[in-house]
Amino acid sequence: MQARATVVVDVGDVPVALSTGDPALAAVLQRRFHRFLTSTSASSSATGAPAFHFDISVIPDDGEEGDRDEDLQVRAEGGLWRLRRGDFRAEWDPETRRGWIHQRLSPYAADSVLRIVHTLLLSRARGFLLHASSVVRNGRAFLFTGPSGAGKTTIARLAPSDAAVLTDEISYVRRVGDRYMAYGTPFAGELSDSGEPISAPVAAVFGLAWASDPSHERLAEGAAVQMLMRNILFFAADPALIGDLLDTACDFAAAVPAFRLAFAPDARVWSTIQ
Amino acid sequence: MSDVFFARADRLAARKVAGEVVILRADDSSLYVLNPVATAVWEAADGRTPLDAVVRDVICREFDVDLETALRDASEFLAELSAQGLLRTSDHPLPPADPALDGARA
Repeated sequence: MQARATVVVDVGDVPVALSTGDPALAAVLQRRFHRFLTSTSASSSATGAPAFHFDISVIPDDGEEGDRDEDLQVRAEGGLWRLRRGDFRAEWDPETRRGWIHQRLSPYAADSVLRIVHTLLLSRARGFLLHASSVVRNGRAFLFTGPSGAGKTTIARLAPSDAAVLTDEISYVRRVGDRYMAYGTPFAGELSDSGEPISAPVAAVFGLAWASDPSHERLAEGAAVQMLMRNILFFAADPALIGDLLDTACDFAAAVPAFRLAFAPDARVWSTIQ
Repeated sequence: MSDVFFARADRLAARKVAGEVVILRADDSSLYVLNPVATAVWEAADGRTPLDAVVRDVICREFDVDLETALRDASEFLAELSAQGLLRTSDHPLPPADPALDGARA
């Protein structure tokens, strides 16, 4: 019997174990998630036993890559969650907290499954994944949200040297006690590195827009909720789940100030972010 | 004019934020934000109260508008929200949407 390798990826203090008998895939996963790996021993893990466990098998290379641009299908059927995209299939049981992924030899399928798992877990824990970069400065996290091309990566790269980037693409936010915390994530674009595996309370969220003259204005709560809902990741067409997300967005907008930030790609924009 | 009854559609989530209702549709993630008059129509969508009663007893009282104008505007809102699948309409009373899933907390 072939030895199995287990990689435990801890995002937001939620460890998820990925086991595979394919050494090449284990190496790919270790590279992809290197900053977010935790001990494979449940007893010695700072965050306890893995919240989920996935067994991953690799689709033999037939010269096809599998279409990662194909629409992702997410369905809840008979108590199981089923995912399907061109480059992978996956299934997991939220009761037993176990599942499997059948995928191509690449980091992208496991990355997508982790995003979806965290989205579903967060929806029940007053949290969400947001299309946003997030940066920690002086112990406070600032989120910068917007669609592709809005400047999320740019503003993270312009951050002062005393700042830490949690992510330049997908922010992880969860309510802890009476405040919202942002956590680093390994969910990066293909050309960028993962974020720092640290966390900080969220001080503000900014909706990005390009402008030659930088400016920012405070958003009313309703506008903040709209901005959040347009950028929160969710995958399942489930009314109860989106109701939870909408509740969380309303709660977040009441707790955290939101701004529209117009900026040019110039490091001076950081002088206005307090 | 015959009575028009209207109720919220299923598979939606709706919450009221700062006086405006925000609606999210589960199936395609579409987001809608209703203005104050449309919000009043939405909140009155119990499937049992006809539109002209809502206009007379709610819209005209809450907003400084005459009955004829309010009825025309509310009819347009109703047609728009109905076309977008957010409301169901009928010339008979309708059962309400599942209260756990629609805008019961709005």
